[in-house]
Amino acid sequence: MAGWTVHTGTAVALPLANVDTDQLIPARFMSAPRSEGYGSFLLHDTRRDEDGALRPDFPLNRHPEANIMITRENFGSGSSREAAVYALIDAGFRAVIAPAFGDIFASNAVNNGLLPARLTPEACAQIEQMLGDGTAQARIDLDQSTLTIGAQDFAFDLDASWRIKLINGWDDIDLTRQHAAQIAQFRNNRSQAAPWAWPGEVD
Amino acid sequence: MTAAPRTLLDKLWAAHEILRREDGVSLLWVDRHLVHEGSHHAFAKLAARGLPVAEPDLTFAVVDHYAPTRARAQTADPQVRRMIETLRRNAQDHGLRLFDLMDPGQGIVHVIAPEQGLTLPGLLINCGDSHTSTHGAFGALGFGIGATEVAHVLATQTVWQRKPKAMRITVEGTLGPSVTAKDMALHWISQLGTGGAQGHAVEYAGSAVRGLSMEGRMTLCNLSIEGGARFGMVAPDGVTFDYLAGRAHAPSGDAWDRACEDWAKLASDPQASFDNEVVIDAAQIAPTVTWGTSPDQALPVSAQIPDPGRIDPAKADAARAALDYMGLKPGQALQGTPIDQVFIGSCTNGRIEDLRAAAAVLAGRKAQVPGMVSPGSAQVKSQAEAEGLDRIFTEAGLDWVESGCSMCVGMNGDLVARDKRCASSTNRNFRGRQGPGARTHLMSPAMVAAAAVTGTITDVRPLLSGRHP
Ligand code: SF4
Repeated sequence: MAGWTVHTGTAVALPLANVDTDQLIPARFMSAPRSEGYGSFLLHDTRRDEDGALRPDFPLNRHPEANIMITRENFGSGSSREAAVYALIDAGFRAVIAPAFGDIFASNAVNNGLLPARLTPEACAQIEQMLGDGTAQARIDLDQSTLTIGAQDFAFDLDASWRIKLINGWDDIDLTRQHAAQIAQFRNNRSQAAPWAWPGEVD
Repeated sequence: MTAAPRTLLDKLWAAHEILRREDGVSLLWVDRHLVHEGSHHAFAKLAARGLPVAEPDLTFAVVDHYAPTRARAQTADPQVRRMIETLRRNAQDHGLRLFDLMDPGQGIVHVIAPEQGLTLPGLLINCGDSHTSTHGAFGALGFGIGATEVAHVLATQTVWQRKPKAMRITVEGTLGPSVTAKDMALHWISQLGTGGAQGHAVEYAGSAVRGLSMEGRMTLCNLSIEGGARFGMVAPDGVTFDYLAGRAHAPSGDAWDRACEDWAKLASDPQASFDNEVVIDAAQIAPTVTWGTSPDQALPVSAQIPDPGRIDPAKADAARAALDYMGLKPGQALQGTPIDQVFIGSCTNGRIEDLRAAAAVLAGRKAQVPGMVSPGSAQVKSQAEAEGLDRIFTEAGLDWVESGCSMCVGMNGDLVARDKRCASSTNRNFRGRQGPGARTHLMSPAMVAAAAVTGTITDVRPLLSGRHP
């Protein structure tokens, strides 16, 4: 995963609360290999009508070029499915801005280079108003933790360790393997202190 | 002894922390890693790096999310077949114990791991599934992770995690008749909201929680995620040890005695402080039903559906949209709402005790609507059959099928049709969760049985008067 520090793009508002991961990607699409691309699955059943046709009034359908999403409370709650993040990334999104995120969704996002930035509900509502049905150019600076729209700066909340990870594009497996000796030592200590922690043999 | 008092969370965290980075994120040792068909992305990531599974003996695979519940020997759906075959291949390539479709130990991952004695107090358990909090019922750290983290655990047997804050939900007193752990959970989530426990590990305490069986504690911990918490926990006690004694993978002999001694220390110290404390009176909890599309949109069965014009304006838009999706009118009584079908099953309420509770209502009665009962595991299934519960279900007119996630998520094709209303013992009433356009009402298994018998959402209590619970 490539790291990034500044992203300039197009912001769109998705004025919906509680967009859970079941809505972000319905379960029936999750067996596809990632190489096929998950972008067309994003919010599949919400952005289409019963016959599968795209609803012309749905924000993401009006503005397919958008790559920064401003939305409401409790985004990405529910299932741990990382496919919800793949769908956002493959549809071009780099950042989602909301008052609160599901915990597992947010860490999945960071693991894939997607910024889950928290702003107050008031700031989100203000941006939602500014955007209306349209879009605006926006700039995100991870170093400064700011979102700039027009002449206005909004300072967002982001866990410090996540910011570093997004900027560096770090892959945890490589980082962790540097601690191999310590892990082996820990395993050894645990097997003596808590031998019951290893599964008993079945006879 | 002047050591600072510690919470259960503190004790479990300390026992698994390999190191803590300067930024406060811990590297934790994983005692059990559970994988299922949905873990295919993680195995693909591992393969892309050419890495082996670090600890195959601590990694267990199960077919559940896509498990066919009918005619399972000859699965016709090619997509379902491919998912199951991919898991088989990955398990075989990495030498993992697989609970395959025909295995007597098969079932939903969060039902079988405790059943097999793989879930124990004091362990850290990860699974690529948000309801991994279920395992906390044993006094373990159980939490769900995404595919990148699953790949990381496969490769290193460790996970990076920032320690959550500690929250305690104390339920004191005695639950009323036919009020269950499910109602306890829906009750607190409806009070605190879906973000009510966000960033926290919830420890459940109090006499009403102590009074629950392991099945009930698992239901309670299972639903923690619906209130925003990644972890739910109950300190282990005699109920826990009795449940585990003699289980296939649990320690035995001297090792068992030693383990019980260690586990008995896994309780929050009396003076330990929590970042957030909530106290609930058990007597105030009624049989609870969801009316909307988020688990916090829940009310006592006797209540009326809220009027979005008269509630907290911050919640009004969401309530309006939910009522529109659910096809319900503001002010209408919840009770008496006609349903089209029922489902009993899932990792929330698919255990033997759940089936017994449903059967107690259904015995000698006929369901007015079609429905399915899918036991949480093959073991639960055979236990239920030994007790004759299957006959009660089938004589009532419900389908008795094989075990799996089934209609909880519909990946195997068990779906609720568009605009159909389902009374369901599962955990998520999200839009489209049980199928595109499906309308889900969450409730306890006994309440689902009551809905089946009357064809409407109804209070189970009168149906049980004069009967055993
Ligand atoms: S039963 Fe439902 S919630 Fe439980 S593991 Fe399966 S899909 Fe997830």
